[in-house]
Amino acid sequence: MGLDKLLGQDGFLTTTVESLLKWAQKSSVWPMPLGISCCAIEMMAFASPRFDVARFGSEVFRMTPRQSDLLIVAGTVTYKMAWVVRKIYDQMPDPKWVISMGVCASTGGMFRSYPVVQGIDQFLPVDAYVSGCPPRPEALIKALMIIQEKIEKKHKPILFNFGKNVSPTPKQEEYHTPMADIII
Amino acid sequence: MEEIFKTVETIAKTIAPSYEIVEFRGQYTLIVPVERLVDLMMELRDNPDTSFDMLVDVTAIDWLGKKRNRFEVVYFLYSLKHKARLRVKVPLPDNENPTCPTMVGVWESANWYERETYDMYGIKFEGHPDLRRFYMPEDFLDPATGEPLYPLRKDFPLMGIPGALPLPPYPERDGELQ
Ligand code: SF4
Repeated sequence: MGLDKLLGQDGFLTTTVESLLKWAQKSSVWPMPLGISCCAIEMMAFASPRFDVARFGSEVFRMTPRQSDLLIVAGTVTYKMAWVVRKIYDQMPDPKWVISMGVCASTGGMFRSYPVVQGIDQFLPVDAYVSGCPPRPEALIKALMIIQEKIEKKHKPILFNFGKNVSPTPKQEEYHTPMADIII
Repeated sequence: MEEIFKTVETIAKTIAPSYEIVEFRGQYTLIVPVERLVDLMMELRDNPDTSFDMLVDVTAIDWLGKKRNRFEVVYFLYSLKHKARLRVKVPLPDNENPTCPTMVGVWESANWYERETYDMYGIKFEGHPDLRRFYMPEDFLDPATGEPLYPLRKDFPLMGIPGALPLPPYPERDGELQ
């Protein structure tokens, strides 16, 4: 378009509001670190200067679910803990995403026994699974990039809110891709 | 045998004559009947020649189908003064309703250890001030029979009993709760 050329000379850029919002959302994912076992150590490394998740715009770890949009479940989830995880997830404002970090959270892992939930996807919609025990921080970064890709491709931000409920009931299912697509 | 374990033997001889003491690679195990257990433990703690003043752990063994007395409570003692360790094993006569006197009066630390043993094996510690479940939820019952479940018993299935531990609701998959 001619407009592009014209504005480009003056340092302007044309885009849609939706892609601008998506770009903003994907470059500032605020994780809620739910480090409930040994995987948490790798999750800390993921935020530390060596692996530096700040490069992906995700360095603000929020210790409250009410300020975050990405839940990283890093560790073994027992049946008792499952209720807590679910409660934390329910407190997060929409839109929200979940990373299941490590084999424990994804499948129960080595803890094939009565107290451990064999995969958090039995009570939570999971967007990315990370394999490994523990996964390397790079693997978690890859999962974050998958989440960003998901925000880019599948997420439809609400552009105008004409007095509607700001946080409608969770509809995570729409963004939920089958497990086989996203195993790292 | 070290001096301290000779004293242990003398104490056991006077208090619980049907004792047995076993040595394996320098570790001593005292096997005593459950009667007069508290007196024996008191003496082991208070006698200056043994002075087992620290209870390191309490646990149990389930000998399902291996021994006549199914449950055995095991106490691990440590003497800070003599730097010696002793294991005390107590076979419980009742297989259906295993009970054992509490050691809370002897060592305060027995409180939580006994709660844990109760939670895992269902051994009732008589006289315990607060015998509740320790790790598992209070209502950890068999959904079919309503009986309490004790997960470390040998007849408990490894993957648990479906429905005994509920998961939170999943409205995204199952629809909103009413
Ligand atoms: S996957 Fe491995 S490192 Fe992670 S919580 Fe489980 S046991 Fe720990």
